[in-house]
Amino acid sequence: MNSDLTRATAAELADALATKTVSSVEVTQAHLDRIAAVDEQVHAYLHVDAEGALAAARSIDERRAAGESLPALAGVPIAVKDVMTTRGIPTTCGSRTLEGWVPPYDATVVTRLRAQGMPILGKTNMDEFAMGSSTEHSAYGPTRNPWDLERIPGGSGGGSSAVVASFQAPLAIGTDTGGSIRQPAAVTGTVGTKPTYGGVSRYGLVALASSLDQAGPCARSVLDTALLHSVIGGHDPMDSTSIEAPVPAVVEAARNGDVSGMKIGIVRELGGEGYQPGVRARFDEAVQLLVDRGAEVIEVSCPNFDYALAAYYLILPSEASSNLAKFDAMRYGLRILPDGVDDPSAEQVMAASRDAGFGDEVKRRIILGTYALSSGYYDAYYGSAQKVRTLIAQDFERAFAKVDVLVSPTAPTTAFRFGDKLDDPMAMYLNDIATIPANLAGVPGMSLPSGLADEDGLPAGIQILAPAMRDERLYTVGAALERALADRWGGLLIDRAPQLDASMVKGA
Amino acid sequence: MTTASMTTDEVMDYDEAIARFDPVMGLEVHVELSTETKMFCGCATAFGAPPNSQVCPVCLGLPGALPVVNATAVESAMRIGLALNCEIAEWCRFARKNYFYPDMPKNFQTSQYDEPIAFDGHLDVQLDDGSTYRIEIERAHMEEDTGKSLHIGGATGRIHGADHSLVDYNRAGIPLIEIVTKPIVGAGERAPEVARAYVSALRDLMRALDVSDVKMEQGSMRCDANVSLRPRVGDDHSGPEQLAVPLGTRTETKNVNSLRSVERAVRYEISRHAAILAGGGSILQETRHWHEDTGVTTSGREKSDAEDYRYFPEPDLVPVAPPRETVEALRATLPEPPAERRRRLQTEWGYSDLEMRDVVNAGAVELIEETAALGTSAQAARKWWLGEPSRRANAAAQDLVTYAAGLGFTPGDVAELEAMVKAGRLNDSMARQVLDGVLDGEGHPVEVADARGLELVQDDAALEAAIDEVIAANPDVAEKIRGGKVQAAGALIGQVMKAMKGQADAGKARQLILDKLQ
Repeated sequence: MNSDLTRATAAELADALATKTVSSVEVTQAHLDRIAAVDEQVHAYLHVDAEGALAAARSIDERRAAGESLPALAGVPIAVKDVMTTRGIPTTCGSRTLEGWVPPYDATVVTRLRAQGMPILGKTNMDEFAMGSSTEHSAYGPTRNPWDLERIPGGSGGGSSAVVASFQAPLAIGTDTGGSIRQPAAVTGTVGTKPTYGGVSRYGLVALASSLDQAGPCARSVLDTALLHSVIGGHDPMDSTSIEAPVPAVVEAARNGDVSGMKIGIVRELGGEGYQPGVRARFDEAVQLLVDRGAEVIEVSCPNFDYALAAYYLILPSEASSNLAKFDAMRYGLRILPDGVDDPSAEQVMAASRDAGFGDEVKRRIILGTYALSSGYYDAYYGSAQKVRTLIAQDFERAFAKVDVLVSPTAPTTAFRFGDKLDDPMAMYLNDIATIPANLAGVPGMSLPSGLADEDGLPAGIQILAPAMRDERLYTVGAALERALADRWGGLLIDRAPQLDASMVKGA
Repeated sequence: MTTASMTTDEVMDYDEAIARFDPVMGLEVHVELSTETKMFCGCATAFGAPPNSQVCPVCLGLPGALPVVNATAVESAMRIGLALNCEIAEWCRFARKNYFYPDMPKNFQTSQYDEPIAFDGHLDVQLDDGSTYRIEIERAHMEEDTGKSLHIGGATGRIHGADHSLVDYNRAGIPLIEIVTKPIVGAGERAPEVARAYVSALRDLMRALDVSDVKMEQGSMRCDANVSLRPRVGDDHSGPEQLAVPLGTRTETKNVNSLRSVERAVRYEISRHAAILAGGGSILQETRHWHEDTGVTTSGREKSDAEDYRYFPEPDLVPVAPPRETVEALRATLPEPPAERRRRLQTEWGYSDLEMRDVVNAGAVELIEETAALGTSAQAARKWWLGEPSRRANAAAQDLVTYAAGLGFTPGDVAELEAMVKAGRLNDSMARQVLDGVLDGEGHPVEVADARGLELVQDDAALEAAIDEVIAANPDVAEKIRGGKVQAAGALIGQVMKAMKGQADAGKARQLILDKLQ
């Protein structure tokens, strides 16, 4: 294992902790030091809980010293996207409206992390209420891509991917409504999985779009991603949409990684026009590597994917407009009294607070959703979008009748520069064109690095999609590809990311 | 705005209103289920707990919290639906009703919209003259209650003029069943009575199902009364020409918190609508607020601009799809319908229609049933329950069941009292004294009789001596009896009882007198 504890994988840390080669306090402190050194530049954390993390680390070390048998990832620190509630740790969702809000309860995912004995380093930056693909919509300023600090780290979970990519945490929790785990993973050269809808509890995940949201693991390797997936997955009686079934055998699949005889489908509709040449080239090479390892590749068509973006931008805003109605200044969060009103009514306070507390993208989507659900428009917008959703699910069914997994580039481009798409919502939305269908159908998807694009030297990602509840296939294919690429690169892609240290960053 | 509650609307004489217009009603009744926990979380539902003491992230609508359906509430909803002769949906969903209000934690109410759990039913209700009126049920659906706003300061306790408002979220998330009728047509002048009879029948039904406390004064049963008028056509309110006339604009009257108010509020709205329409005006579609004290309604919020609730299926919940076997199993648990049960009991007890109506109105059916089950005759049970206990309950403005329960006065006590009478230990007047003692909290009947020394003298020798003395003192009366005028014995019995200081069995005294003189 690398002497720099922050460069180790979670699997390596878990082994070293289990054999008492290192303590959790040492591992946690190393990451806190790294955060102190580089996060001023990356701005991936919104809140660092050094005290809480070290206390948890100490407790695990004591329990281990006492001879207690501990879970697999006990003592391995982790970062959590600021959209998951954490008891005693502020949770803002990247919004002014929740500035200073300290939840009185833990999300189920967080409860499972704590039960696992994983110190929580802090909360990661995100587009406000997970609306965006760049973190530029965070009310607290954007996160920078560790590969190029002038570029976006993806979104909405740019913070979670960036902390992993910049070695400020070995693992992170992300959430994915239309690609918010996978697209940031792609543009930061890391790995992320959106599990099957219902595979990971949403209890405590501050909802953007309830029928699309899914929490999942972010890491630097496929195995680490699987280890975290298996810890957070599984049925939760607090979430009615949670699946009553065991977590698929993702860790075994990630350790095995044998794709011989597997049928892999290339989705004709994902990856043609509009995809950066370097992204395409790395994708084609990755597919060839899978063929070399014994997989059979077939082209499949999912014609209704062409309507996915349109359907998504009706369903998401509709649900969001309702989910975000609770932010009304009555019980928690920002409260603003309207200017020039002597004795404001509750409604006036609500309006002033929501006006001040929400950013433009949030307002845009609330307005879109309110409109789409209005009487007289419901059938044409929300109703039609739900029909498209059914058609997309049928496209997946037909495709999965022929192949075991589907593959595509994760995102059309590598990381773009700050401001490039900020004034053009449609261009921003197109980032998620390849990731959205999985959310609409509820199927699982993973992104892992496919290499660096020739034209800009930035990471590109390949997306793997599997049928619902067959998440383990993502890890079989992901592990096979990761090994083939590591053979070629002599290690993980992330090891080639520019060194970020305090002196270099400050000079940059 | 505030002046609206000050002005008095014009109303038309009720009989004239009915002569000129045909009333149509729609009744929406909310029933709070008496489940242990709330609709979508594990919080307790006890009434009267300290404000905001029965809340959690879910019912407070904290970010990230998610609902989980209370299975018992769904079961109650289906039992209510079945008891209302409804179809039970094979598959239905919850929906979000979106609107902003401070007492609604999520600013949407989780309800049901176009997919209710129960639909297309009916309930037959009995009117005062014994006739039956069938109310068609449109639907019964599940939803959650809101919190409760308390407006502090200001004279009215309402939001206008208040200094500030407080919100208690204990009620937020308590399961509600909303029962909606189809338009109630053809009732004519009896519309207000039909409305009351319907709500009363629903209340009885909920009690029989044991799904709700149905205490209107505590809000566990609430009625919104929609009323509209249309011009009168033909002689008959339920005639085909009349039924063909399109419905008029309706108003929805809220805050109707007693059976009596249901009747009064409907009657008032009919008279108010009639005055407006007769004056050439038009009815404003709005919410009206019923004032129990003054017996009028005042304008609430106008509904026209707030009507778009942007309903859509609740994505945080999975559909409810009760298997048919479950529905049939629930059907088998239904109690006897209250109206049928009453008919059966009346026959069993041998009560006249009038006696039965008094018993029902006194709320004594269950008490009498329990008392009779302990071996007391139905007539005796009726006599005791409808006597002093009912009088005292009335004086305390409580229903009989609540009054008796508060006192710890049980059917067992009535049975014990009557048993003492039958055993000859007490005569009627002594039994009344014992009952007074029991209701005064002196103990159970035997204890009270013992403590007060009330007991018929069982010593026949003493009684015979007294009778001999009275016969000797009234030779003329004795002679009449000997001559066959048996009814003259009454005069002697009175004197014997007086001599015995009341502690004698009058029946026995009569027998002994007749024995001696015949």
